[in-house]
Amino acid sequence: MATESTPLEGMPREECVELLRQMMISRRFEERAAEAYQTGKIGGFCHLYTGQEAVAVGAIAPLRPDDYVITAYRDHAQAIVRGMTPGAVMAELYGRAAGCSKGFGGSMHMFDKSLNFLGGHGIVGSHLPLAAGVGYAIRYRGGDQVCLCFFGDSVVNIGAFHESLNMAARWKLPVIFLLENNGYGMGTDVRRVAAVRELKDRGLAYDGLVSLAVDGMDVLAVRQAVAEAAERGRAEKTPTFIEARCFRYMGHSMADPAHGTYRTKEEVDKWRSDDPIAEFSRRLVDAGLLGEEECEALDREAVEVAEASADFADKSPFPDPEEAYSYVYSDSYANDIRRRDAWRKEFR
Amino acid sequence: MAVISYREALNDALREEMERDESIFIIGEEVGEYDGAYKVTKGLLGDFGEWRVRDAPIAELGFAGLGVGAAMAGLRPIIEFMTWNFALLAIDEVVNAAAKMYQMSGGQYNVPIVFRGPGGAALQLAAQHSQSPEPWYAYVPGLKVVAPATARDAKGLLKSAIRDNDPVVFIESEIMYNLVKDEVPAGEYLVPLGKADVKREGSDVTIVCHSKMVHQSLAAARTLAKEGIEAEVVDLRTVRPLDVDAIVASVRKTNRAVVAEEGWPVCNVGAQVVDDIQREAFDYLDAPVARVNALDVPAPYAKNLEKIVLPNAEHVAEAARAVCYAG
Repeated sequence: MATESTPLEGMPREECVELLRQMMISRRFEERAAEAYQTGKIGGFCHLYTGQEAVAVGAIAPLRPDDYVITAYRDHAQAIVRGMTPGAVMAELYGRAAGCSKGFGGSMHMFDKSLNFLGGHGIVGSHLPLAAGVGYAIRYRGGDQVCLCFFGDSVVNIGAFHESLNMAARWKLPVIFLLENNGYGMGTDVRRVAAVRELKDRGLAYDGLVSLAVDGMDVLAVRQAVAEAAERGRAEKTPTFIEARCFRYMGHSMADPAHGTYRTKEEVDKWRSDDPIAEFSRRLVDAGLLGEEECEALDREAVEVAEASADFADKSPFPDPEEAYSYVYSDSYANDIRRRDAWRKEFR
Repeated sequence: MAVISYREALNDALREEMERDESIFIIGEEVGEYDGAYKVTKGLLGDFGEWRVRDAPIAELGFAGLGVGAAMAGLRPIIEFMTWNFALLAIDEVVNAAAKMYQMSGGQYNVPIVFRGPGGAALQLAAQHSQSPEPWYAYVPGLKVVAPATARDAKGLLKSAIRDNDPVVFIESEIMYNLVKDEVPAGEYLVPLGKADVKREGSDVTIVCHSKMVHQSLAAARTLAKEGIEAEVVDLRTVRPLDVDAIVASVRKTNRAVVAEEGWPVCNVGAQVVDDIQREAFDYLDAPVARVNALDVPAPYAKNLEKIVLPNAEHVAEAARAVCYAG
């Protein structure tokens, strides 16, 4: 990857601080979520974003409110960066009524229609066709929005990836396919299972699609790449495939080890020493845009935000038991599905 | 009233709905330039243009998922599968995406989409092209499953399916496209999802059926009438919602029931119907409910073997006689 960082020149101070703030909140939020998982407040699968913050923050920054975002199951940070309150995301993790998906989705399924945040999706690769469909709807209505679609490196080997890139390229659908290459599909080194040296090259098969790689540990590099992709999408409807090279510090999910049979502690430590938040903080301080104390204050604030989100989640009620039947059908058939359970005591 | 074919009825429904609502588009293999593999979409490309009638690559998962995403962004897609056999490649998008989105998002994203195409056996298409997909989809909360038997129902149900705000699996029939012709009212009409239709009234035995088996059941009823058995033929029309009220009302009247379908016997629509009958009409039954279905084997190619494997009118009549303890 390029060793030169994307220059700070021309970046307003406020915007830089905001990028740093969002990365810090994402980091501290995930740390708080890990704690809550360990104390049993959060159940199910819980995939943390720790280490990859520069990708979500850099990618979402150039978007407009009327653009669309869709993602996979490592979705907490993306939801927050897109504008959900950390409380609504944490409450969703806690399975509470105040969660962004009212407790129905959990860690993998954060949704917020008011932010055009079309969800976290739990089946590898299967939300890429959805992103193409959003792009189709944008073209259909003659709009100039784009759809940003996050996914992991294991997706490059699944059919849905190719079917989606093919349709997006052939019909010029304004989708930004953003691959977060953290090196591992769960516990499998992507190089062991992908017959391609550089994942970005998977996009070369499609005429009319721009493919590129970017340093996913550099928030400004990601921001610039997505800003350019968004511009191409708005003006020419050109889809873009971006490989953002990054690393996840934690295991695949909270149930998995950070290192062990599939990667070494040394490798994790090496990436941690190139931490996107520490690195960006240092650059802002070196450039005189931010004092060290301000930097520490921002981080303390992030810890408080994370803590407040956990308090909010804790205070939110669980969904009403009556909600068990909710949102399966949008018409009166929703009542009929109770018929076969009418014998159960709680429904009498 | 005009007599039109099942195929024409579907084409009329698509055209009328697309004229009514600009957010409706069709995507599928061969739907545009080729006028549809079975000509259901004939003429639509010329009338509505390529963004509304989109020829897709052979990528069922891809274009089914594209439809789900477009629906989430406010359109009303119709996904044509050339046959439901090929839709197995897309079942993840139907089951994991379309059916679950509304609940998984806490009620924020409903998915108004129709997945349609022919199901069931035709003539000697062998194992991979002769399957009845109803139970695979009817099993899934969040989906509705429709399988009309007549041109009139096909048109009215497809229009309702397109207007429905939930994902609908709409199963047509290659054999019926041309062979089934019946009277269709002029102008606008809708047939509601979830309502069975008594296609023939009778007092002695209820035959519950859907899709192609409605015609086999009506033929069986004519044979039975000559033997003094009056069969009531209840066409489910939709498998989900299942019209349990209509089934139960008929069985309470006749006290005997046969459930006929073209698919395999294990965990099929009939299994569900029998369960609902025993739950709600157990005391009215004068005989165990009989089931007619395909043999529990993949469809063979050889003409004589296929004939043995698929259910027909004589099988329905035989089952009806058995539950009436006649013949």
